[in-house]
Amino acid sequence: MIRGFFILLAFQLVGEVAARGLALPAPGPVIGLALLVVALSLYQRWRPLDEETLAESDLGKAARGLLAALPLLFVPAGVGVVQYMGLLREQGLALAVALVVSTIATLLVTVGVFLLVKRLTGARGEA
Amino acid sequence: MTPFRLWVYLQTTPLFWLTATLAAFLVADALAKAAGRRPIVNHVLIAIALLGGLLKLTGTDYQTYFNGAQFVHFLLGPATVALGVPIYADFALVRRNVWPLAAALLIGATVAIASAVLVAKAFGAPRAILIALAPKSITAGVAMAVTEALGGAPPLTAVLVIATCILGAVIVTPLMDALGVTDYAARGFAVGLASHGIGTARAFAVDPVAGVFAGLAMGLNAIVTPAVIPALLPWLIG
Repeated sequence: MIRGFFILLAFQLVGEVAARGLALPAPGPVIGLALLVVALSLYQRWRPLDEETLAESDLGKAARGLLAALPLLFVPAGVGVVQYMGLLREQGLALAVALVVSTIATLLVTVGVFLLVKRLTGARGEA
Repeated sequence: MTPFRLWVYLQTTPLFWLTATLAAFLVADALAKAAGRRPIVNHVLIAIALLGGLLKLTGTDYQTYFNGAQFVHFLLGPATVALGVPIYADFALVRRNVWPLAAALLIGATVAIASAVLVAKAFGAPRAILIALAPKSITAGVAMAVTEALGGAPPLTAVLVIATCILGAVIVTPLMDALGVTDYAARGFAVGLASHGIGTARAFAVDPVAGVFAGLAMGLNAIVTPAVIPALLPWLIG
């Protein structure tokens, strides 16, 4: 568990250093996430890593524990909305329309492109 | 110690607001459970409302609250990195569907950002709102980090992310049924991309294949949207 947590923090640290040092536009933790996926892919070439082995590893356990608590972790930042109630009320209509239109448009475009490209390329996936 | 001095003491230690944060979450989670975990009864939103009300009632400013709650907030960083583990585990699915996934991901992510920002801009929403709105289709931790990196207000993003999450989960099934889309991989991928967490939970409830593809879309979009926004946003906001 400690080793797993260390791996997560180390990747975040490298991500933060890369984000700031190279002035990358993406946030440090996201770069850490991408680097972790790359590192796992490289590790797999060296030593087979199936889903079960990964889940039972120190890293898998630490990740599972943290992700189970993920909704809680949004709360402190979310409470900060108390500082913006006026702005939210003022822009309520614009936000409501933007969210509804955007969510429907995103669903339609994504499903449409997925089906179209799948048909064009004849991809073999579970349908 | 008088009650007043006790209260002043409690305000200076992180313990009180840290405990209150966990308590509010547990209460909110119990309420959501009692409501049968319907998407509209969102535990994160209830916890935020409870704590917001408590701050107002006690006249506590947000900074004092955050001094305690920051210990929970800090874990958001390593938790974001931890998303790499399930994303990696789903990679076999990516290899089998690489072109439909890549195309739907890039175009869907762009539409999710651009449509929200352009509609709000048409309503004359200020810059702070537009920045907070741009990453609304990705998981809250990453979305808040994106907003922060752009100099926006992460709490606004958190609320917009949760609202999007609820909307997508409520809209997806009637919309896809009305269109006659029977490919559950495509349906799941769309809802995971548009509305991440609750959308993914909703997809798992409808169909296991939809659930896996929703989780995959949520994970991939958490990487693609932060990469796309810095290039797209200046162009959209003007």
